[in-house]
Amino acid sequence: MDIINLIQIKKIYDMGGAEEVQALRGIDLKIGKNEYVAIMGPSGSGKSTLMNIIGCLDTPTSGIYEFNGVKVSEMNDDQLAKIRNKEIGFVFQTFNLLARSNALHNVELPLIYAGVGKAQRREMAIKALEQVGLADRMYHKPNELSGGQRQRVAIARALVNRPSIILADEPTGNLDTKTGDEIMALFEQIHQQGNTIILVTHEEYIAEHAKRIIRLRDGLIESDEILNDRKIITDELIK
Amino acid sequence: MTEKSLLMNLLSEIKEGLRIAFLAIKANKMRSILTTLGIVIGVVSVTMMATAIEGVDRKFAESASAFGANVLYVQKYPWVGHEDWWIYRNRKDITLQISNDIENNAKLVEAVAPNVVTVRSSQYLDKVMKNTFVTGTNEQYIYASATAIKDGRFISQEEAQGGRPVCVIGANIAENLFPNIDPIGKTLKIAGYPYQIIGVLEKQGGLFGIFTADNRAFIPIRSFMNNFGSRRDITINVLAKRGVDIDDVKEELRGIIRKARKLSPAAPDDFNINEQDLLIQTFSTITAVIAGVGFFITGLSLFVGGIGIMNIMFVSVTERTKEIGIRKAIGAKRRTILLQFLIESSVICLIGGFIGLAISYPLSLLANQILPTAMPLSVVFIAISISLIVGVISGFLPAYKASRLDPVEALRYE
Repeated sequence: MDIINLIQIKKIYDMGGAEEVQALRGIDLKIGKNEYVAIMGPSGSGKSTLMNIIGCLDTPTSGIYEFNGVKVSEMNDDQLAKIRNKEIGFVFQTFNLLARSNALHNVELPLIYAGVGKAQRREMAIKALEQVGLADRMYHKPNELSGGQRQRVAIARALVNRPSIILADEPTGNLDTKTGDEIMALFEQIHQQGNTIILVTHEEYIAEHAKRIIRLRDGLIESDEILNDRKIITDELIK
Repeated sequence: MTEKSLLMNLLSEIKEGLRIAFLAIKANKMRSILTTLGIVIGVVSVTMMATAIEGVDRKFAESASAFGANVLYVQKYPWVGHEDWWIYRNRKDITLQISNDIENNAKLVEAVAPNVVTVRSSQYLDKVMKNTFVTGTNEQYIYASATAIKDGRFISQEEAQGGRPVCVIGANIAENLFPNIDPIGKTLKIAGYPYQIIGVLEKQGGLFGIFTADNRAFIPIRSFMNNFGSRRDITINVLAKRGVDIDDVKEELRGIIRKARKLSPAAPDDFNINEQDLLIQTFSTITAVIAGVGFFITGLSLFVGGIGIMNIMFVSVTERTKEIGIRKAIGAKRRTILLQFLIESSVICLIGGFIGLAISYPLSLLANQILPTAMPLSVVFIAISISLIVGVISGFLPAYKASRLDPVEALRYE
C-alpha cells in the first residue's frame, strides 16, 4: 500500500481582499514504501507548500490526502501533531535544533512528546545517535558542533521515532560540498535500511541521488520520472 | 491511547516543561530577576499586611481580656452606642445604692465591685505621676476584674467599709515612682491626700494604655467619695458565678436595677450592662474593614507584578516563535505548548513567592519587637497559592497565543 496518496490537492492562499495565490493547483501523487523521492522545482513552484502538506504541517484547501490509508486532510491540529510525531521525521535546511539542549536531549524530544519512558527514551536516542555516527558527541550543545554534525543530530532526531517517512527540506543547503556529500551518504545508508525518504531540493546535483524525481512548476506536477542511473554515494566514495 | 500512557504523556510533558522553564530563566537572568521582583514585592506586602493585622488582633484580644471574660459592667453609657449621645447623657447616674441592691438580691453573682475613677496626680517624695487613674472600689474588685496582685495584698473588707487611707498601685506607678524601692508600706500622696501602699498589681500591658490597670491607684470607695466628691456616676463590676450562663446573669441584673429604678414594663432600660464580648465583636468588624482595604491595596501590587509577568511572557513567546515551530513540527500538541509556558510563568511566580516569604519572615520577627505577632502559617500557604495563581493567570494569554501558532509560520520566523 502507498504511504502517501494525494488526490487533487489544492492550496489557495487568501492574500486579503480579492487577491489570492494558487500555490498548488491540483496535485495527484502517490509515494510507496521504501521509495527515495526528490521533489524539485524553482522557487514559487509550490514545492514548499507541497512539503508542508505532505509533512502534515499544513492542510490543503481542497483535495484528499491519505497517509497510510488514513485521511489526514481533515484532521485538526492536535491529530496532525500526533501524525507528525509518530509518522514523519523532519530534516530542515537550518537544522532547527533546540539551542539550549544537548544533542541527546534534542534527539529525545519526539519521544518525550510520544510519552516514552525515560530509560527506553534514552536507549532509543543513543541508538539513533550511533546510527548517524555521533554517539561520542551526545552531550554537546548545537553551538559546540559543526554544521555537518548538527545535521546528523537532526537526522537522528528524525529517525528516533521510527517514522514512516523522512522528509528532508534542502538538507545540504547550509553545508559545504564535502559535508553535503557526507549527509547524502548518510541518507543513502538510511534508505538502504528500508526507510522512505522524500527530499525537497532545487539542486539537480542533490536530486540525482534519489530514485525518482518529481518536478513542480506553477503549482502542478510537470514531470515524474524514475532515475535509472542515480548516484549512489557512500562514505568510501567520499574518501 | 490507554489511560496510563496518557498520564505518562502528561507527566513527561510537565517534566519537559519544568526543564525548559529553568533553562529559560537561567538564559535570561537579569530579565527573570526583574520580573520576579514584582511578585516578590507583592508577596512581601501582602504577607506583612496579614502579619500586622494578626498583631493588632492579638494585641486587642490581650487588652480586652483585661475586662475579664465573666465580668459584666453595669454602666450609664454603653460601650458601643447606637443612639444619640444625649439620650445616654440624660440617664440617671448609677449609684452605690444600686450596687448594694445587686449585692443583696442577686443570686447568680459571685462578686460585686462598685468603682469610680478620677484622674489626679500622685506623688512619692519628689517624683510625680500626673495622670494617675485614681479608682475607688471595694475588696471584691480584685475578683470582679482581670487584675491580679503581684506584691502585698488588695484592700480588705474592713478597710473598704471603714474608708481607710490605703491604696494598691498599678505596675506603671510602681515603676515610675518607686524605681528601685519596695513600694509596700510607703506613703503615696494622691492629690495631696496620704495613702499607705499595701499592694502592687501585675503588669497588664494593653493597647495604647487605654484599658489597662497599670496606671491605676485603687483606694477604698468611701475614702474616694470623701476626698473627691460623692455625687458621681459609678460603674459596677459584677462577676458571674461559675457555670452560670452570662445571659441569665444579665437578666437577673436587669430585673434588680429596673425594680430599683421603678421602671414601667414598657420603658426601655436606662442603663447598660456591658461585657468584653461586645467590645471584641465591634473591634473585629473594625479590623475586618482594615484588612479588606489593606489587602486590596497590597493586592494591587501583586496585580502589577502579575502584569509584569504577562508582559515578559509575551516577549518570551515572540522570541521563541521558532522554537515553538520546531517543537510543533516534532509533535508537540497545543496542550503541550500551553503547558510549557504556563509552567514557566508559574515557576517564575513561585520563585518570587518563596523569595518574598524569605524576606517577610525575618521582617515579621522584627515587627514582633513592636507588636506581638507572628506570621500565621495560613499566610504562608496563601502567599504561595496566590503566587501560583498569579503565575497561571498572567501566563495564560501568552501561553494560549503560543499554543495557537501556525507551525509553518513559526518555523519560518527568524
